[in-house]
Amino acid sequence: MSKKVAFLQGNEAAAQGALYAGCNFFGGYPITPSTEVAEVMSVELPKIGGKFIQMEDEIGAMAVILGAALAGSKVLTSTSGPGLSLKQELIGYGCIAEIPCVIYNVMRGGPSTGMPTGPSQSDVMCAKWGTHGDHPAICLTPASVQETYEEVIRAFNLSEKYRTPVMVMPDEIVAHMRERIVFPEKGEIEVVPRKAPTVEPAQYKPYDTSYGDVPPLASFGSGYRFHVTGLNKMQDGFPTTKAEVVQAEEERQVRKVDANIDDIVTFEEYLLDDAEVVVVAYGSTSRSARYAVNAAREQGIKAGMFRIKTFWPFPDKQIKALATKTKGFIIPEMNLGMCALELERCVQGKAPVLGIFRVDGEPINPDQIVEKIKEVK
Amino acid sequence: MEKTLPKIEIIEKYCKGCHICVEFCPKDCLEMKGFYASVKNLEACIKCMQCELRCPDFAIKVITE
Amino acid sequence: MAFDYDKWIRPGKLPHIWCPGCGHGIVMKGLIRAMETLKLEKNDTAIVSGIGCASRLPGYIDCCTLHTAHGRAAAFATGVKMAKPEMNVILVGGDGDGTAIGGNHFIHACRRNIDMTYIIMNNYIYGMTGGQFSPCTPTGHKASTTPYGNPDPGFDIAKLAIGAGATFVARGTAFHANQIDKLIVEAIQHKGFSVVEILDDCPTTYGRRNKYKSVIEMMNRLKEVAVPVKAAEKMTAEQLQGKVLTGVLYKEENKPEYTSEYAKVIERASAAK
Repeated sequence: MSKKVAFLQGNEAAAQGALYAGCNFFGGYPITPSTEVAEVMSVELPKIGGKFIQMEDEIGAMAVILGAALAGSKVLTSTSGPGLSLKQELIGYGCIAEIPCVIYNVMRGGPSTGMPTGPSQSDVMCAKWGTHGDHPAICLTPASVQETYEEVIRAFNLSEKYRTPVMVMPDEIVAHMRERIVFPEKGEIEVVPRKAPTVEPAQYKPYDTSYGDVPPLASFGSGYRFHVTGLNKMQDGFPTTKAEVVQAEEERQVRKVDANIDDIVTFEEYLLDDAEVVVVAYGSTSRSARYAVNAAREQGIKAGMFRIKTFWPFPDKQIKALATKTKGFIIPEMNLGMCALELERCVQGKAPVLGIFRVDGEPINPDQIVEKIKEVK
Repeated sequence: MEKTLPKIEIIEKYCKGCHICVEFCPKDCLEMKGFYASVKNLEACIKCMQCELRCPDFAIKVITE
Repeated sequence: MAFDYDKWIRPGKLPHIWCPGCGHGIVMKGLIRAMETLKLEKNDTAIVSGIGCASRLPGYIDCCTLHTAHGRAAAFATGVKMAKPEMNVILVGGDGDGTAIGGNHFIHACRRNIDMTYIIMNNYIYGMTGGQFSPCTPTGHKASTTPYGNPDPGFDIAKLAIGAGATFVARGTAFHANQIDKLIVEAIQHKGFSVVEILDDCPTTYGRRNKYKSVIEMMNRLKEVAVPVKAAEKMTAEQLQGKVLTGVLYKEENKPEYTSEYAKVIERASAAK
């Protein structure tokens, strides 16, 4: 039997991926260029008994999904730059209260209203540093419509597995371009269910670390009664200011991701075996980079690409390994050097890091990257 | 009919000494004794329950038959 | 026999954090009596709050409790209710939390007429942060940030709720303790968004700045200003000067409730599939 195929926009694929992952609740607020996700969810969710709600603002949209997640739903919201800024308050809440949720953010020009219809990659730092306080961060940056579909599924899986908010951040090009997509069969891609408690309600603690760093999460209305707060909390969910408890809990929350980097981080290595020049790219920019690497090879330059699929946690280990055998790194990105900073941190001066930074709303074209590759001596 | 008296229990570990129960008892049954509320005249109690209802601190129980 | 509040209080959580004479405890007792009267199932009851003194209330009650971020209670609660419409969802919080930072979520919960009950403890001040003026601080009054008297006009929470589309709006006071549970019972029974404003007192940060010598004076003020709606019908405008109406102020039975309306959306979408 041949698989179902379609010609879809990135945003539409994101919504379809969410449905495949079992998403049954969407809360959102209209914002360009991500609104199509909300539109598709408003059509599809009620068909399967799911819930769609358009909230009064971006913060409300984040709040409503967190509330629904605590009542047992698998939840999604979609937004873009200015909305991501507004959502930061409650992304932090999701982190400290450890509530699985997926935030799909389409990167457009910024800061502020910026260029709502122009592509950008300038929200990647906001994904990690946007909300205050120490917290885990997972952020996926797909480069195609197919990958957007699959990464949204993976985002749901990671959010359930690690009980934390997960962001999927395509740039506007990926979100709005149309490509062929092949849908997986039911069961072909694993869908991770929420880890439910195994103890009796009376024994249940929402942050019980005897189950490891990711405690099971019960849901409201399922026979389990518990307390959830945005304050630093104890294992039973009630607030505390006890120094050793706060320290241990904060460390555990971050460790959920830090100790599982190999499980979370994904990347693509393209012609890296003999590469002397490595283009590090993510999102739609990686499509230009692939073209540029091929063009450089045709001109006799041993170029390759390291494509970041998981932006956070950053692929430190892989970049560090490449830094010891590479003459130079090229980092094309649609911002003024955000990934470049991370790259420099990992390369530790062992090779030059040359940036191509565009914030004019135009994509980085392959010729620009080829020219930069030639600068590496 | 003989009047039955309630039992008024003051839970000192909850009482914050706000005086509300003492001031608004219509029959002047209660008083402050040091920091805490205390029963002064149980005989006068008409079981109106206002002291229990208005105690913000869950510190008074009026136990009736 | 005495009323058994302990049945609803989480073991070991009392005494609560509220200051001596603060009315929040009186309201919490009213809520507990209402839940007992209605025989609410603890497992199916969510109590949701924002930030502030009043928002600490859920932590004491043995239900599904959610202490959210400042102002966001109504939006979180909407998520709980939408996901599980069969749950009883009760919101609690203060005037600053509900009408300033949470004002948008508040009016839109009213507009949707989603079947939840919102108990707002209005003590005219931000208590937890030390007594800054709120949207409910009367004009001319003192707060830590209105040392020369408050230049802002205040909100009338009940009128705001009615104007925004809530279908049950009531007002009580912390002094009139035996009325609180009755208002909350009626509010919870009402199918739609219900708002119960309880005029409250903050002796620590509001009273002392505004020449109230004691909690008792503050309670007496609540006693004096409150006029039941029935009694007010027979009073002149002059007599009602400076008074505040209490009781059920507004009730509308015919406006569709949000989760029921969304259930119809599901029906229509399933039929079109």
